Amino acid sequence: MVINILNPGRNGVADWMIQRASAVILGLYTIFMVAYLLFNPDLDYAAWSGLFSHIWMKVFTLLALLSVAAHAWVGLWIVATDYIKPAAIRFGALLFVILALFVFVVWGVQVIWGV
Amino acid sequence: MSTLQVSVYRYNPENDDAPWMQDFQIDTQGRDLMVLNVLQMIKEQDSSLVYRASCREGVCGSDGMNMNGKNGLSCVTPLSEVVKNNRLVLRPLPGLPVIRDLIIDMSLFYKQYERIQPYLQNDERPPSIERLQSPEDRDKLDGLYECILCACCSTSCPSFWWNPDKFVGPAGLLQAYRFLADSRDTHTQERLSELDDPFSVFRCRGIMNCVNVCPKGLNPTRAIGKIREMLVRNTA
Repeated sequence: MVINILNPGRNGVADWMIQRASAVILGLYTIFMVAYLLFNPDLDYAAWSGLFSHIWMKVFTLLALLSVAAHAWVGLWIVATDYIKPAAIRFGALLFVILALFVFVVWGVQVIWGV
Repeated sequence: MSTLQVSVYRYNPENDDAPWMQDFQIDTQGRDLMVLNVLQMIKEQDSSLVYRASCREGVCGSDGMNMNGKNGLSCVTPLSEVVKNNRLVLRPLPGLPVIRDLIIDMSLFYKQYERIQPYLQNDERPPSIERLQSPEDRDKLDGLYECILCACCSTSCPSFWWNPDKFVGPAGLLQAYRFLADSRDTHTQERLSELDDPFSVFRCRGIMNCVNVCPKGLNPTRAIGKIREMLVRNTA
């Protein structure tokens, strides 16, 4: 039942592609962040806040945030269906995961657009 | 030292509450025997031990077992390949129910094999003699058709341990690709649509335990990668 209700794409190909695409986006975001921090050793609040005031940075960050949620959802759904065999406990765990991810995304949007 | 310490998994559900390990001393006279020879010598000491074996030359695939932690065919595994510190531990293939001693119930393994429809399907009218295939198309089946279904790969795969009812497993998927890759088979689309759920193929996480243990040197992980590629191309 959990397989049908709580599986995002209900299709292995879609899940597989979501996981790869979100991994690429997260990889690019990580590389960008590391590079930015390396090239700005004496970073202050004004510069940091300036970076996040650009609309492209907001979009890029939101994309990364949504990628975290999608990647975590597909990954944890797989982990749960592998290791948690009692259906009720698995359903509860996955419900907790999806609620937590939803809260993170909404909260994250508020933080990103709060700059 | 020519006396080998062998520890064998014993379980007879009619008499035993739980599985136990029985120790044997086997005099190999310094020869590099196959593990199956050692089992035959053990059987002379204790005839209640049971195991499957038939061709004793790696063709029938009956005597798959776990030898010092690694799955393989006992008939083609020399002691020198597995024995460490003069000790040999023999257990049934992991992950499937034990019927008795080294014999496992392979029903789930066969069920998954059956699911992929391991036979040629072609809707076109058969030609008068036979369906022809170019040498290049025939070459695509090399490394696929040689599988003897010994189950060493699938029972070394954690994804198969956790979901043997839903994940086809490396052995079944190698055969699935054998028919997907066959130029004479016309049911490619139907076959792919049976495999695109999150379990059948996509539970493979590419850890390559299957490649590590295959006694025929086959590569199920590569075949699974090709199936995944076909599925992605089919969808995207």
